[in-house]
Amino acid sequence: MKVRVSVQLKPGILDPQGKAVEQGLHGFAFEVEHVRIGRLIEMDIPGTDPAEVKAKAQAMCDKLLVNPVMEKASIEVL
Amino acid sequence: MRVAVPVFPGSNCDHDALHACGTVLGWETISVWHQDARLPENTDLVFIPGGFSYGDYLRCGAIAALAPIMADVKRHADNGGLVLGVCNGFQILCEAQLLPGALLRNESLRFIHADVHLRVERTDLPFTRAMKAGDVFRVPIAHAEGNFTLEPEDLTDLEARGGVAFRYCSAQGEIGADHVPNGAMNGIAGIVNLKGNVLGMMPHPERAVDPKLGPTGGLGIFRSLEAAFAKA
Repeated sequence: MKVRVSVQLKPGILDPQGKAVEQGLHGFAFEVEHVRIGRLIEMDIPGTDPAEVKAKAQAMCDKLLVNPVMEKASIEVL
Repeated sequence: MRVAVPVFPGSNCDHDALHACGTVLGWETISVWHQDARLPENTDLVFIPGGFSYGDYLRCGAIAALAPIMADVKRHADNGGLVLGVCNGFQILCEAQLLPGALLRNESLRFIHADVHLRVERTDLPFTRAMKAGDVFRVPIAHAEGNFTLEPEDLTDLEARGGVAFRYCSAQGEIGADHVPNGAMNGIAGIVNLKGNVLGMMPHPERAVDPKLGPTGGLGIFRSLEAAFAKA
């Protein structure tokens, strides 16, 4: 099954990249705030039970995909 | 004194480490490939060098932390063996959970290459025993991700247990945000684990030890290690 893991910096963590992009958007006169930049990971995980596949993706987050000091993830089974 | 320097694809300060420990200090220094399962017998110090291991893919140090050699580095550390991680080596130690925290992108978003001053916060470590509390030494930094970050309660714990080994400061030893090049919390440049046998730091002491190449501000750490081993 196709799985999408979105990894975001935790709310309290400074995101200088997001800040720079926000400033860039302001340069184009866009009204925008709280720009945060994360990472999107897509993958195929064998299985047919969405709950089971999601649990596998969660285990991957815990082991490698996410650094809990600074990041959090949301998992979507497509 | 036997030093092992693990080399990952993308390490680029391994020769600096070999030069400092081998040529300048005269220690037996062995390069170890990341795929090796074991460190050399009787390794006294593991020096994890700087660079861009695995192209900094995913997060700096995240993939290197999973390399086969790191399992033996963990065993070495668990047995009380000394581990020094510099720059990307520090990032790898954090990702391997041998040290707390994470190194985020510099606050300025820029790669910074500069000489900085560090203040010695701990003098009871094998890495600092030849130094005095409050000593200031000058060493280079060269990184884009050196912004040390920790959850607020973990930061309080780290400070309370004296986990900070070195802090960025002025040439006179003053602490303050003006002297922190990368935005690191509390101006933290280097930390140790609970047992004090694993040190991670962003600045490069190994690049400041050879008088033929320039200033030797980094020697204090190596003289300390020498003293630690002479006593052992």
